[in-house]
Amino acid sequence: MLGLTIEQIAYLFRGAGWTIVLSLLGFVGGTLLGLPVALARSSQSRLARALSGVLVQVVQGIPLPVIMFVVYFGISIGGFDVPALVAAGVAMTLYAGAYLGEIWKGCILAVPRTQWEAGECLALTSTQRFVFVILPQALRIAVPPTVGFLVQIVKNTSYSVVINFFDLTYSAKVINNSTFRPFTVFTIAALIYFAICFPMSLLASRFERRLHRG
Amino acid sequence: MTLQMRAPAPSAALHESPSMTSPAAPLVRFRDVRKNFGALAVLKGIDLDVAPGEVVALIGRSGSGKSTALRCVNGLEKVDGGELTVCGRALHSGTVDLRELRQDVGIVFQSYNLFPHLTAEQNVTLAPRKVKRIGKGEARDLAAEVLAQVGLADKAQSYPEQLSGGQQQRVAIARSLAMHPKLILFDEVTSALDPELTGEVLKVIERLARGGMTMMLVTHEMAFARSVAHAVVFMHQGKVWESGKGEMLAHPQTVELRQFVGNGL
Repeated sequence: MLGLTIEQIAYLFRGAGWTIVLSLLGFVGGTLLGLPVALARSSQSRLARALSGVLVQVVQGIPLPVIMFVVYFGISIGGFDVPALVAAGVAMTLYAGAYLGEIWKGCILAVPRTQWEAGECLALTSTQRFVFVILPQALRIAVPPTVGFLVQIVKNTSYSVVINFFDLTYSAKVINNSTFRPFTVFTIAALIYFAICFPMSLLASRFERRLHRG
Repeated sequence: MTLQMRAPAPSAALHESPSMTSPAAPLVRFRDVRKNFGALAVLKGIDLDVAPGEVVALIGRSGSGKSTALRCVNGLEKVDGGELTVCGRALHSGTVDLRELRQDVGIVFQSYNLFPHLTAEQNVTLAPRKVKRIGKGEARDLAAEVLAQVGLADKAQSYPEQLSGGQQQRVAIARSLAMHPKLILFDEVTSALDPELTGEVLKVIERLARGGMTMMLVTHEMAFARSVAHAVVFMHQGKVWESGKGEMLAHPQTVELRQFVGNGL
């Protein structure tokens, strides 16, 4: 089929499977890191804002493939031999955490200050105010940009090819090296990436419309 | 305090008109209260008493300090000098538990500030459930009771965006009532409403006044202040310039109040 064997195409799909695994790692790790970052970035404490700000600026100021290199080789220098999946997962966590943190900070700050005040005047504790008043409103605002960012996570896992992580891009490179059919191979890879990302983009824009409808 | 105490028709004994008696302890007591925003002195020594069951209207121009004075009462603003005692708590001491204070002192804002993601019933019961830890069934009864008090029993399941401005403001009043406060503050609650909706909100406040609720209102509704409030306080340049019963608006003693009501009416 298309000059490729079934085994070769199956190999591409196995790579796609690892792309999804790494995307999930990036999203879960990014959420675990992004939540405290968002809270710190929108907090009253100047110290918390500054520290989380440094993390965000550093990660946003370095290209993702370079982060991958630094994490991968940085851990090996320490004498630990890490699988590429762990290094790529850590790098994606840093990347997604910094961006999701900034996105969610914006969502928290988008809830009017008067909502905090109304909660305060009803004798709610600051935790109760955040959990029952601010968070539900911020979450509603956060859904479209978060789903939209998932697409970025999926696409950017392809940078893990620089540390030889076996994902869709890496498997396409391997198949191309043995078949010399770059156009066919990378078009198939492109279609698989698109098939993963497009439904998420659709979902994001549907959430967006629902949000604006109120 | 029990639910029954705030039922629409309280016994006369519970809520005697304060103008008839001279109550021993005022609910709110300002003595030479001062407040600065940076270099700007907003309150320059306020003296003011609010007795239980009394309705006091604060009037004056923008920037006269009336909203700031009101916001000091529930601790939204800290006083910088003088003594302010509210429901037996010395706010000037700086050691008052504000969460306890706010269970006694409700406030209603100009912009309603309802929680948009909650229904009217959920708006009303959030604080009683989380702060006073009442159960679900009790919360539903409470919501039905206070929403009926503001004439919105049929809107319990509506979200704020489905309600008119006047209805939203009445839900906000019900939200305050649900905490069974000893005192409710109203900060220009009709300023964002057109005249027709203003009327329905004022009617609710008037009914509360007749029911014996202690209230402080910052308002621009002079006719309302004159007819409903037991005492009117005219503030000017951070001071209580003139105060008395509603009739004082018809016979101002100072040039400033004369000019103010002249413009206002």
